[in-house]
Amino acid sequence: MNIASNNQLEGLNSKELAKARRKEGRLFFNLSLPSLITILIVVFIPVFWLSSLSFFDRAGDFSWENYDRIFQSQLYIKTFIVTLKISFITLFFCILLGYPLCYWLSQLPNRLASILMIFVLLPFWTSILVRTYAWLVILQRNGIINDTLISIGWIDEPLQLAHNLTGSIIGMVHILLPFFILPLFASMRSIDNNFIRAAISLGSTPRGAFWQVFFKMSLPGFFAGTVLVFVLALGTYVTPALLGGGKIQMLAQRIDSTIMLYSNWGAASALGVVLLILAFAVIWIFNRAFGIDKLFMR
Amino acid sequence: MSNTDNENHKSLPIGIKSLSKSYGDVYALENVSLDIKAGEFITLLGPSGSGKTTLLMTIAGFCSPDQGSIYFGQQEMTMTPPHMRGLGMVFQNYALFPFMSVAENVGYPLRVRGMTDSDQKTKIEAALEMVQLGGYGERRIHQLSGGQKQRVALARAMVFEPKIILMDEPLSALDKKLREHMQIELKALHQKLEATIVYVTHDQREALTMSDRIAVINNGRLVQVDAPKALYDNPNDLFVADFIGESVLLQLENSIKGLTLRGKPLKMTNPQPKGGEPHCLVIRPELLVMSNSKDDSLNDLSGIVNASVYQGESVLVMVDLGENTMISVRLPANKSQSSNIIPDVGKPIYLGLHAEDVITVKGRVE
Amino acid sequence: MAAVEMVGKRKYNNLWLDFAGVCILFFLALPTFIVIPMSFSGASYLEFPPESWSFRWYESYFGSSEWMRSTRTSLLVAFLTTIIATPLGSLAAYGLTFTSARVRNVSQLIVVVPILVPVILIAIGVFHLYAKLGLNYTITGIVIAHTSLAVPFVIITVLAGLKNYDFNQELAARSLGASRPRALLTITLPQVKFSIQTGALLAFITSLDEVVVSMFVSGGENATITRRMFNSLRDQVDPTIAAISSCLIIISVSALVTVLIFNRNQSKDQI
Repeated sequence: MNIASNNQLEGLNSKELAKARRKEGRLFFNLSLPSLITILIVVFIPVFWLSSLSFFDRAGDFSWENYDRIFQSQLYIKTFIVTLKISFITLFFCILLGYPLCYWLSQLPNRLASILMIFVLLPFWTSILVRTYAWLVILQRNGIINDTLISIGWIDEPLQLAHNLTGSIIGMVHILLPFFILPLFASMRSIDNNFIRAAISLGSTPRGAFWQVFFKMSLPGFFAGTVLVFVLALGTYVTPALLGGGKIQMLAQRIDSTIMLYSNWGAASALGVVLLILAFAVIWIFNRAFGIDKLFMR
Repeated sequence: MSNTDNENHKSLPIGIKSLSKSYGDVYALENVSLDIKAGEFITLLGPSGSGKTTLLMTIAGFCSPDQGSIYFGQQEMTMTPPHMRGLGMVFQNYALFPFMSVAENVGYPLRVRGMTDSDQKTKIEAALEMVQLGGYGERRIHQLSGGQKQRVALARAMVFEPKIILMDEPLSALDKKLREHMQIELKALHQKLEATIVYVTHDQREALTMSDRIAVINNGRLVQVDAPKALYDNPNDLFVADFIGESVLLQLENSIKGLTLRGKPLKMTNPQPKGGEPHCLVIRPELLVMSNSKDDSLNDLSGIVNASVYQGESVLVMVDLGENTMISVRLPANKSQSSNIIPDVGKPIYLGLHAEDVITVKGRVE
Repeated sequence: MAAVEMVGKRKYNNLWLDFAGVCILFFLALPTFIVIPMSFSGASYLEFPPESWSFRWYESYFGSSEWMRSTRTSLLVAFLTTIIATPLGSLAAYGLTFTSARVRNVSQLIVVVPILVPVILIAIGVFHLYAKLGLNYTITGIVIAHTSLAVPFVIITVLAGLKNYDFNQELAARSLGASRPRALLTITLPQVKFSIQTGALLAFITSLDEVVVSMFVSGGENATITRRMFNSLRDQVDPTIAAISSCLIIISVSALVTVLIFNRNQSKDQI
């Protein structure tokens, strides 16, 4: 075999081969292009455009006045505080309810756990509006909870459960809890019980084995759930609007009313930018630590 | 070199010409050229990550090389998409279609070729007969054992009578006994089919058992291509000498008089290599002979017994030659011969190597 | 197994955890269903349990031409969104499994953004984009907006399905003589069809239940049912909503049951 003649031959075809490879790579990327373009046009461009408004004053010149205004106004500062407060409380209750539930489910036989997961999936598949409406009905002055408590004589006056902070948080926990459970349960289920057995055989107490092995291995799912709940809570619109009775104004509603009632696009846009920065800071940290695809592993 | 004379209706030669493929800075294939004869059973052998699977995938058309070309017979295939190459291929995990029956799996290549139903049926039945699965056509894939799945995969790859069949570690998922049985069956099948078979494995024993020729690949380079016996007896490279067989490499001194082993001239029947380059002696455990005293007609490799391991059919004895050198010798475990006279640990053992069993390789042990 | 029992023994002695687990599951699943008995109430206000039963709220729902028109709009939009988002998302998921890791990561980041960005920002932004294009209050506009919200769910579901699929099967099909599209259609597609169907149902439900974007870009002749419900809920608690909600619950439950049946059939097929 003549090496020299082959070298001449390969010099010719390497370009051709590279071209064919690039073409194939492009073909696969092109398959995802329609989806990506739709998302870019309908989500990215409008949101960028809206965000850009915050950097201009009413005369259309570049300025920071919108940010000055939102950070000096008591009203907007209160909105930030309320939003963060509700988001953290919601997250707290999601962890408080979600973690034990996932642990309990992960220790049950697979078949039973799969059947019980239907209870988690059911609200996930049901309209947020319908669920909020159901809570409105349950929590109202003459709803089941107040009726029951009065009829068994625990209270004389109906409790104020809806149209306030309590109602909003109950509704939000109910709506966001499945987002916490799904990734956490997936990661708990993948933990091999042999690890715990090994830890116990090496002299760890069952309680120690739980914290040192099980809890640590469930952390990717735990943080995925935390990020989802917190980010979605920050941007919640429907639930506090209906269950807050007009008293609870989270960022999303404040943005809406700032535009729709006061036509103050600059301030609304600045609020939106702050909201986006908060949300994406949390997601960015998660992406760095675990990778974005872990956020939606099922 | 042309293989056109070997070309026939059942097989095709494969020409691989200066094929290169890199991932980043790492060469998966580096200027690989190989001529595979028509009807040959050739094995690509190498450790994992050596590039053997990349080479197979390039022949199949699933991996596009950076440069170089591939010929089937006279026809260049480098740019041809996989489905136009007319190959049969067997995958490591079989890659059977789980939602189809055995017959539907085997009939798939016939269906995509637009064959009529009745023709398909005869072909499928014949192919299943060939792999001893006659009458299994209606079974579902999940009802089959590992060995049966393997046979279905084989039947599917050969039912359309391809002139070239590629196999990517097809036996690695089977247990040892079944694997050895399938090796013999595959070899017999190859003789019946007369197709060219390119077989990938990291198991040197499998390669030695089945192949007409073995192509040893390491770090993306073709190291040696030879018949099994030639490869075993005459490795031309340190890597091959080390990779094939349970070898221990011993550095030889190269003086003006020729190669010397432990201060004495090396006795060998092959002509001594010329030039002053360093050489190694390849010691295979089964080639050493034990005697009761030093035998001066042999190359002396006596030492102190370090350990002996009972391995069922044989005993492997580790021998300390001094200067941090350890070799091993395999002795038959039959009571009448050696096992009762293997010296205890710590005692001297007299070992010799016949001049005709001496294998030397150019290079230096690091 | 032994470890399960060892760890499990502590748990099974721990009745508190069992009790808490059952309570949390009830908290998740039950409240929604309270709407159904209430929708059959005979009273003109909401009470539980209802003292009298009637179909009056269903009559008021099905008898109202406005509610019916918005129901038709919502179903049409959800159907069209499903028809568009399912193939789009499935192709994207297939393409993404073959692109380089870097392209895939960036694409996945883009894909999850519609789920994570506060939807009010999308709604206001799209409203203004559509104002320039004249798409507000049109079916086309709502469908495009809903498609971009539903596509991520399809992509995520199908990607998960493809992760469990052995791509060597597609290679095998191609080596056996099938062209790439043919291998995709005859070998890959049948094995991920459950994921695609699940993705399609998720897309349908996402569109049908979407509130905030619909409030901005739908309206007039083409108001979606969620927009009308939201406005009606803000004003007063109309029991008609209970009847409508019950219908939406039935659709959601049916979709979920279908998905669960798919899953069961799929795992049966793989045994």
